[in-house]
Amino acid sequence: MRYILRKVVLFVLTLWAAITLVFILPRLMPGSPVDAALGKLASAGVPITNAERAAVQAQLGAPHTSLFVQYGDYLRSIATLRFGTSYSFPSQTVALTIGKALPWTVVLVGATTVFAFVIGTLLGVYAGWRRGRLADSSVTIGATFFGAFPPFWLGLLLLYWLSFKYGWFPIKGGYSPGLTPKWSLSFLGNALDHSVLPALTLAITTLSGWVFGMRNNMINTLGEDYITFAEANGLRSRTVALLYAARNALLPNVTSFGLVLGAVVGGSVLVEGVYSYPGVGNLLYIAVTNHDFPLMQALFLVITLSMLVAIFIVDLFYVRLDPRVRSTA
Amino acid sequence: MTVITSIPPPEAAGEAASVPAGGASSVPLPLRFVGRALRTLWGNGKARTGMIVLGLIIVVAVFAPLIAPHSPTATTFTPYRGPNATNLLGTTGNGQDVFSQLIYGARVSLIVGLCAGALATLVAVTLGLISGYRPGALDEVLSFVTNLALVIPGIPLMIILAAYLQGRSVWTIVLVVAFTSWATGARVIRSQTKTLRTREFVTSAVFSGERLFRVTFREILPNMTSLVAASFFAAATAAVLAEASLEFLGLGNPSTVSWGTILYAAQQQNALLTGQWLMVFAPGLAIVLLMVSFTLVNFGLDALSNPRLREK
Repeated sequence: MRYILRKVVLFVLTLWAAITLVFILPRLMPGSPVDAALGKLASAGVPITNAERAAVQAQLGAPHTSLFVQYGDYLRSIATLRFGTSYSFPSQTVALTIGKALPWTVVLVGATTVFAFVIGTLLGVYAGWRRGRLADSSVTIGATFFGAFPPFWLGLLLLYWLSFKYGWFPIKGGYSPGLTPKWSLSFLGNALDHSVLPALTLAITTLSGWVFGMRNNMINTLGEDYITFAEANGLRSRTVALLYAARNALLPNVTSFGLVLGAVVGGSVLVEGVYSYPGVGNLLYIAVTNHDFPLMQALFLVITLSMLVAIFIVDLFYVRLDPRVRSTA
Repeated sequence: MTVITSIPPPEAAGEAASVPAGGASSVPLPLRFVGRALRTLWGNGKARTGMIVLGLIIVVAVFAPLIAPHSPTATTFTPYRGPNATNLLGTTGNGQDVFSQLIYGARVSLIVGLCAGALATLVAVTLGLISGYRPGALDEVLSFVTNLALVIPGIPLMIILAAYLQGRSVWTIVLVVAFTSWATGARVIRSQTKTLRTREFVTSAVFSGERLFRVTFREILPNMTSLVAASFFAAATAAVLAEASLEFLGLGNPSTVSWGTILYAAQQQNALLTGQWLMVFAPGLAIVLLMVSFTLVNFGLDALSNPRLREK
């Protein structure tokens, strides 16, 4: 399968590029990032042992060693998940900090993406089918506006109106303070209640990608000869639109999954920050405000890896959906 | 969010802009070209609305000193005031007039949007043209780099770049945004170049001994002006949002007056808790309007390059 092989190669090389970028960036910084980092750790209350110094140097570069050796040390530390010590959470490893946050974001982003995909695609099909009518203009104009909402801005406004003013939703966090995360019905209900506003914010701001993509694909597909043929055969307009055009228009939309997922992930960083949602986006927000570079680097790698995995799964799925990919491979 | 989601069918290319190189007219070619493009865009209802809104924002940005009632940086007012007759949108924690900041903020958003958009488009056009025109090893490498840039999550990448490049000026943000948002355009331009490469006018230009640079930039490029413009506006839209996001995170220069820094200041002083919701609402709405105007213009451009999308 050449198609899958190509995707695997892209996957591996992208991951390598991201890892290498994180290696290069701190070394381009002026001054001695290692001393700055050790200073920060000391002020965060971490005792500076030789092991601590070695860990920081593996990430940020030891003085008087060749870049080649530094790169080897760095790759080894990444492979063993030793990302150094975070200034914001000095009492636990960075890997553990991120590991605790990751499930929250995976569920939030995953559920939001599926929700936005279904609603956005349906709206796009409808707008493309009713092209030029009132329904089309309202969907297009609406999606244009909602798509331009900065996610953190919509998040702040919803927080203000729906939580502060009317008290319909909890104000911050992923669950009520005092509860401990566990698999119980009452806890899940509580967590669900806390995730409604972040999910709504992300869904509204990323819906437009699916709407526009699907509408354009529908319009292109509806211009094809086989659609004219189906109409000439006397099939009902609704049948032609939904059973003939929409099914074929859906395929190119699946390939834009990666782009839209990128928007959701990017949005989740700011939205989780606004809502103090306990996911990786909020961690990145904290890391940025504290200039916490070890946490920031590890988060960037984890976010990139998660996105690559998600895109890879969609690519595999696409092979099942589109026979043309299989036959040319 | 980008709106160039569809790659136009090959037959659309000739219709989009059939410009023969050269031509006998007193008006220079680029001017005639821009004039005709503007007229066609004006005919599209959505693009017309977008151009009017964009024009208004540009007027506000250019004449900011005449429109703004106060200096945007002078700390002469009582801090934390709500909206009143002197300070229409209230004041910041430093006693600055938010309304005047909003007016001046249009400058930074426009400059970042347009510069980052232009820079990203320059990269996209160069890579897209070369990669689409020269299949083989070079195309493989360039396409790979493009795909790589497409799948690395944009906002986290921008955040980490901006955090490390501690320049903290508007130009750092322009560079960071341009660096992370050229890939979509490059891919679209590459596919279009591939379909144009085998046309007769390109073949005849090659046979008459034109060099690579001239064939791609003078023969092929003018035939996809609308696509280039579309990727410019898409990148500019992304840039406006990215700038606001980075500044909201505190990665911009807090002494710059921009819509993003007003939002950052509002968040720092808990403007929502103290009831100063207008300080959050107004700059965000301004960002939305600028992005919507770019996107509306892009609807018209999409219709130029793809006749199937034209309004009937």
